[in-house]
Amino acid sequence: MSDLTQLDIAGARDALGKGDCSAEELTNAYLDAIHEADPLNAFITVLPGKAVEMAKESDARRKNGEAGPLEGMPLGIKDLFCTEGVKTTAASHILDGFTPAYESTVTRNLWDAGAVLLGKTNMDEFAMGSSNETSYYGPVRNPWRLEGDDNALVPGGSSGGSAAAVAANLCAGATGTDTGGSIRQPAALTGIVGMKPTYGRCSRWGTIAFASSLDQAGPMTRTVRDAAIMLGAMAGHDAKDSTSINTPVPDYEAALEGGVKGLTIGVPEEYRVDGMPKEIEDLWQRGVDLLVEQGAKVKTVSLKRTKYALPTYYIVAPAEASSNLARYDGVRYGLRVPGDDITSMYENTRAAGFGAEVKRRILIGTYVLSAGYYDAYYLKAQKIRTLIAQDFKDAFEDVDLILTPTAPEPAFGIGAKTDDPLSMYLNDVFTVPASLAGLPGISVPAGVSDKGLPLGLQLIGRAFDEETVLRGAYALERAAGFTGKPDAWWRS
Amino acid sequence: MAEAESKLVEGATGPWEVIIGIECHAQVASKSKLFSGAATEFGAEPNSQVSFVDAAMPGMLPVLNAYCVEMAVRTGLGLNAKINKRSVFARKNYFYPDLPQGYQISQFDLPIVGEGEVVLDMAEGITRTVGIERLHLEQDAGKSLHDQDPGLSFVDLNRSGVALMEIVSKPDMRSAEEAQAFLKKLRTIVRYLGTCDGNMEEGSMRGDINVSVRKPGGPLGTRCEIKNVNSFRFVGQAVEYEVGRQIDLIEDGGEVKQETRLFDARSGETRSMRSKEEAHDYRYFPDPDLLPLELADDFIETIRASLPELPDAKKARFVEQWGLKPYDAGVLAGDKASCYYFEKVAEGRDARIAANWVTGELFGALNKLNVEITESPVSADHLGELVDLISDNTISGRIAKDVFEIMVETGDAPGKIVEEKGLKQVTDTGAIEALVDEVIAQNPDKVEELKEKPKMASWFVGQVMKASQGKANPAAVNEILAKKLGL
Repeated sequence: MSDLTQLDIAGARDALGKGDCSAEELTNAYLDAIHEADPLNAFITVLPGKAVEMAKESDARRKNGEAGPLEGMPLGIKDLFCTEGVKTTAASHILDGFTPAYESTVTRNLWDAGAVLLGKTNMDEFAMGSSNETSYYGPVRNPWRLEGDDNALVPGGSSGGSAAAVAANLCAGATGTDTGGSIRQPAALTGIVGMKPTYGRCSRWGTIAFASSLDQAGPMTRTVRDAAIMLGAMAGHDAKDSTSINTPVPDYEAALEGGVKGLTIGVPEEYRVDGMPKEIEDLWQRGVDLLVEQGAKVKTVSLKRTKYALPTYYIVAPAEASSNLARYDGVRYGLRVPGDDITSMYENTRAAGFGAEVKRRILIGTYVLSAGYYDAYYLKAQKIRTLIAQDFKDAFEDVDLILTPTAPEPAFGIGAKTDDPLSMYLNDVFTVPASLAGLPGISVPAGVSDKGLPLGLQLIGRAFDEETVLRGAYALERAAGFTGKPDAWWRS
Repeated sequence: MAEAESKLVEGATGPWEVIIGIECHAQVASKSKLFSGAATEFGAEPNSQVSFVDAAMPGMLPVLNAYCVEMAVRTGLGLNAKINKRSVFARKNYFYPDLPQGYQISQFDLPIVGEGEVVLDMAEGITRTVGIERLHLEQDAGKSLHDQDPGLSFVDLNRSGVALMEIVSKPDMRSAEEAQAFLKKLRTIVRYLGTCDGNMEEGSMRGDINVSVRKPGGPLGTRCEIKNVNSFRFVGQAVEYEVGRQIDLIEDGGEVKQETRLFDARSGETRSMRSKEEAHDYRYFPDPDLLPLELADDFIETIRASLPELPDAKKARFVEQWGLKPYDAGVLAGDKASCYYFEKVAEGRDARIAANWVTGELFGALNKLNVEITESPVSADHLGELVDLISDNTISGRIAKDVFEIMVETGDAPGKIVEEKGLKQVTDTGAIEALVDEVIAQNPDKVEELKEKPKMASWFVGQVMKASQGKANPAAVNEILAKKLGL
């Protein structure tokens, strides 16, 4: 075979099954690709030795007829998942030198399914960001660039390293985590598929927490089919996570076929935000048209509290983060900057260890939970969150899926928004509502911008109805026929 | 029964009333921690009972220990309290090296147990009713060790995550004695229930005491919270000291500032730890890692059905059914081990005699030996046998005391001792008659005297008993003497 990295997960599965290539060959092809893609800065840690070792073990299992559903599949793992014996950073200086003695449930499930760990992907620090520029390990560069322009663009975030790695064929697939859009938005900005399953579908155990009531792991892949295959391996009940749901994991790949005929697709009027670029509006309309052509019915739905979603999110998520990040205190692991006493040690460590965006969110979160402000901010936000979830519930009485753009604009230049956090936060305006409601959402590449950048459409489904989401996404993907790939400028 | 009057404290400006409320931390008697599977055994090597969860490693999540929930409900029922079918775990946020998560998982506005009540016996016929405000479950912190190194503090996380029940009283106590009685009563209840071992020396039970003073009938004064009071004796000392300090302060024209104070066991004083202004803002919010705790009715009812008879009910039964004096009944019911012992002795016997022996001879002997009743050299079975020997006239009450002394020394069964030492009571009237005749024959002068002074009869009884080496049945001796001397 010429270039094994051209194979998606389904393709590699066939090739490995037929014996056209070995897991070791496949792994080495990706390791070479990663090596050549240094300018993208998609990985924080690459593990050539471990990857080849895992690949050899995979080949041995296959030889013994013990192939799992992801047997031999080389994956990138977002550096938010704790991996036993492998440095895990959350892209933060404060976790310097931290190597977990345990394996997150999601990655454990992936290895049990036969997958191979290529390395840990770059991300926004503690998953806080929409551009992958808050990483202590430097920004990730989007494999896509504007036509005729050599300036680097952001890949979106926070799972920007995973998105770039998948888009640039540096891995067969990657894990992401999504708190307010951190899988779906970078997927849209890099022309790949990214799925956030229902809250509770994948265990959070061993995944470094950002906002516990929102965090959810999911697959980032080249195709919808790959997302279905990968999600099937990642998902499942875990007694170690009290918020994980004990329901069987369906055969997601089997759910892909069937088309959208007979499904009703909702189009929420409130998502037509002021100043939405025409190319996004056109893309959305194109998505509607494509689904109608496939036999779906389309209906306008109202999600009345949409405009409150972003402010609600920026109270709830920082509040939880301010508490979740309190454990990074220099006492037990990670960075410690000495001080004269315990308080100055805390202050020095956290001042040096956290980046500006993380500090900003810790401050917001601490503020909204403070005595005298709790009722006005946190409690009110929780009430609105309940209403937002109710809006979706009401809408899903009438429709099976909701179609929206994933992000309000294509990839933007590195540094373009770093001084304007509010404009950065607006990038998640379409993804945050489903996060607050805990619903499954997927971003499917569906077109290109005027200047040739990929654009994504989002499908949102009912809680634990990932099957219908995948079925709709598969139909949309085929109808849209997005086949673009970035030219591999990073190799030269 | 009457509710106790406030015991007033005399100051320079007149009497003061003392108002006391207590927050008691009782460690749940569970083998593993509240949110992790790590062990809770006391006295283990530092940091040998710490899971990844207890050390707050990144990505770790708490999973609620169902047994601890059961123990909290059980305790709530034992405190006659309302069980909240829906409660919520909340994070209490603050930084401290022995608090690895940077927050303690506790319960805030929705605790597992609501209002209840405890009745204290203060004196014969006098009680004090103390309201329970709430009981909630929370994690303990680790322990900072400052004496291991001149420049560094060490942290032992063995206690980190251990389940505590915080039992909060209403400000219903009016003296140091009542505060002590309250904590003792709580200890008795949790020991009966088996939900906490009540061991203050090992820190399984700790009290924070809120103290204020006011002029009788006046508005409540400003309170201070005293921490680190870990024995009943210290409770007394801390309250006495704090009451004196507050009264002196006010009478000298100053005012009490709301603050947290630390009790120093060495000096017997309390000193300021942090003022209200320095108080933490704990930023409580519901822990998103844990779902609200919902209890089913049958879960609660199953626990209710399994409750043992509690001290108040036991005391009432001892008084009403067994005819014990309320004081003795209270003493016996007030300690689970003593009660267990007593009930074994009393079973099928005269409970009043059993109570006299347990509270009299036995407690006296244990005191002298300085041992707990669980380590008593005299077993309950043996003491019961001794009571039987008295009841069936095998030995007299006086001989029984000698036998008991030998039992304490040797741990032998009383029957064996009586047999070996030949202490069996003489009830053979022929033998007693012979002794009586002998005494009468030897003391003709006393017989004459008796005619003038009928009280002399007891002298004859004494002589006969002496002649029998104490073994003659006193009733038989009386009867035969009366007949022979024509009394």
